[in-house]
Amino acid sequence: MTATEQLYERMYFIRRFEETLLDLFSAGKLVGTTHTYIGQEANATGIIAHLDPDRDVVFSNHRCHGHYLAFTDDAYGLLCEVMGRADGVCGGKGGSQHLCNGNFYSNGVLGSIVPVATGIALAERERGAGAVTIAFLGDGTLGQGVVYESLNLASLWSLPILFVLENNFYAQSTPSALQIAGDITARAEAFGIETAHLDTTDVAVVEREAAQVVQRVRDTGRPFFLVIDTYRFSPHSKGDDIRDPAEIEERRELDPLLVAGARLDEATRGSLERACEERLAEVVDRALAAEAA
Amino acid sequence: MEQRCAQVLNEALLEIFERRDDVYLLGEDVLDPYGGAFKVTQGLSTRFPDRVLTTPISEASLFGVAAGMALRGYRPILEIMFGDFVALGFDQIVNGIGKFREMFDDQVTLPLVVRTPMGGRRGYGPTHSQSLEKLLLGVPGITVVAASECHDLRALLSEAVDDDEPVFFVENKLMYGRTQRRPENGYVDGLRCVESDGRYPSLTFSGSDAGGGSATLATYGGMLPIVLEAATRLILEHELFTEVVVLGRLHPLELEPVLESVARTGALVTVEEGTRTGGVGAEIAARVQEAAWDDLHRPIERVAARDGIIPAARTLEDAMLPGVDDVVAAVMAVEGVRG
Ligand SMILES: Cc1ncc(C[n+]2csc(CCOP(=O)(O)OP(=O)(O)O)c2C)c(N)n1
Ligand SMILES: [Mg+2]
Repeated sequence: MTATEQLYERMYFIRRFEETLLDLFSAGKLVGTTHTYIGQEANATGIIAHLDPDRDVVFSNHRCHGHYLAFTDDAYGLLCEVMGRADGVCGGKGGSQHLCNGNFYSNGVLGSIVPVATGIALAERERGAGAVTIAFLGDGTLGQGVVYESLNLASLWSLPILFVLENNFYAQSTPSALQIAGDITARAEAFGIETAHLDTTDVAVVEREAAQVVQRVRDTGRPFFLVIDTYRFSPHSKGDDIRDPAEIEERRELDPLLVAGARLDEATRGSLERACEERLAEVVDRALAAEAA
Repeated sequence: MEQRCAQVLNEALLEIFERRDDVYLLGEDVLDPYGGAFKVTQGLSTRFPDRVLTTPISEASLFGVAAGMALRGYRPILEIMFGDFVALGFDQIVNGIGKFREMFDDQVTLPLVVRTPMGGRRGYGPTHSQSLEKLLLGVPGITVVAASECHDLRALLSEAVDDDEPVFFVENKLMYGRTQRRPENGYVDGLRCVESDGRYPSLTFSGSDAGGGSATLATYGGMLPIVLEAATRLILEHELFTEVVVLGRLHPLELEPVLESVARTGALVTVEEGTRTGGVGAEIAARVQEAAWDDLHRPIERVAARDGIIPAARTLEDAMLPGVDDVVAAVMAVEGVRG
């Protein structure tokens, strides 16, 4: 498989996994909550491609499924976790927002993960094995004070941590304009942290830029703050969308699957998609049949 | 050899750092020559410069930083300058530190220690004098240890660092300057003293060698000298004997020594420096009546701070916090009912 194909396949699988979750919810086969990653797949896919799951660490947030799948490829463990099955990656105790598997962690309290990821980066700096820690946050999370305490600590102590801000312009129902003053990258720069700002849904671009950024953190042992402008097509959670449908439609032209898919010939794309569908169907069947936690 | 408690804790830290190289200490103003606001870390940063980190004033994050280090196999000790500032860390404590192990299905442990001094009687005023440990009692997944001047502080702190659970190690500001008093031949100040087994032991003091008496006084931490003084006064002035149980572990509560004592005395008075409502005493009382209703011959009494702020002025602070007189009065009240 070429790199382009691999990236497409991963994104496609994440997309279909998340759509399947929403379907299962609608069908009453799932309870609880979920925050799907539909529309943002290029970020997790392009960035995590540069991590070594045996060495590097990811700390994610409430919208963690895409990050989790890109890092672990453990669709069955994730689906069982969300479905409250004993085979869930946390035995059903964590659910959608609270995952842990090897070097992957997530927690659902906004901002809360940032100090913990900072502590992880401190531990990894001390261990000296060259690990990079990534903390994923959303634009709304910039409202939390601990984020700035942690940016200060990460810079002050030279910690190998990459903060990835997935800027989808909304926090639940609230647009950025009602939450964020000033400039986002300037906030990190004020702490002496290098930043980069991407406005793209093209996984090839994210992948290329992330290669440099991850390597930069590895080489310098210093923090880095990467902002990626993106968009989510799905509701914040399930069925709670009040955005203008026209706005969503317009953004669909930049759907990362469209952008990346255009680079593949139809036959290749079709066979990748079919393989994903088959795998997903099998995962769903197994999860549905699995024992309750 | 007589040693002040702060010095014992200081030596304990040096020993722990010597013994384990996965231990780090983080806190504000902890570097030499300052050595921490209460001097407990003195000398540590000189001996172990790479493992003692002075931090910005960022408590809300520091609890999380300690959690992150612990998740990755280190054993951080976080010094919080005043116990009151634990309030800044509550998100991390409740939604992270207390949850990670169970929420992540036992795939992780959090061997961290938070050391912090609680307590008033120094005129520091409403935000630097509180005893907030009761707030930690409602948090599943953490261990709360209360150090007292009669505990083997060296062992207590060492055990906390070796513990795979997150431990809140509650110290006390007045205790720092007091002499550590370990039982000698089973006695402290003429009171018989029996230590329970295991980690974070409780101490049971009795005025008579036979044990028993008017009531069991259940207390912990910085209230120890006040309660022991009350117990002595009750003997000398009122010929009333009591047993005093000084708890080592508040959460999960080590109830056994209290139950054993109540079986001998038939009455319970709880004594704490924190405010009364929803306090440690309330929890002890609820559990004792559940477990030992038949042993209780009298209603349980609670001695605690009034529900309010701790004023700075000495006179006002004294009126707010429970003292020897309050403890004596509570035991007399129990006796009064009995009489
Ligand atoms: C401390 C806290 N406050 C509120 C919430 C509820 N909540 C969950 S997600 C969310 C919006 C988050 O927005 P953002 O950070 O932009 O991430 P996005 O959902 O857009 O990925 C809110 C308010 C929460 N989980 N944690
Ligand atoms: Mg957002």
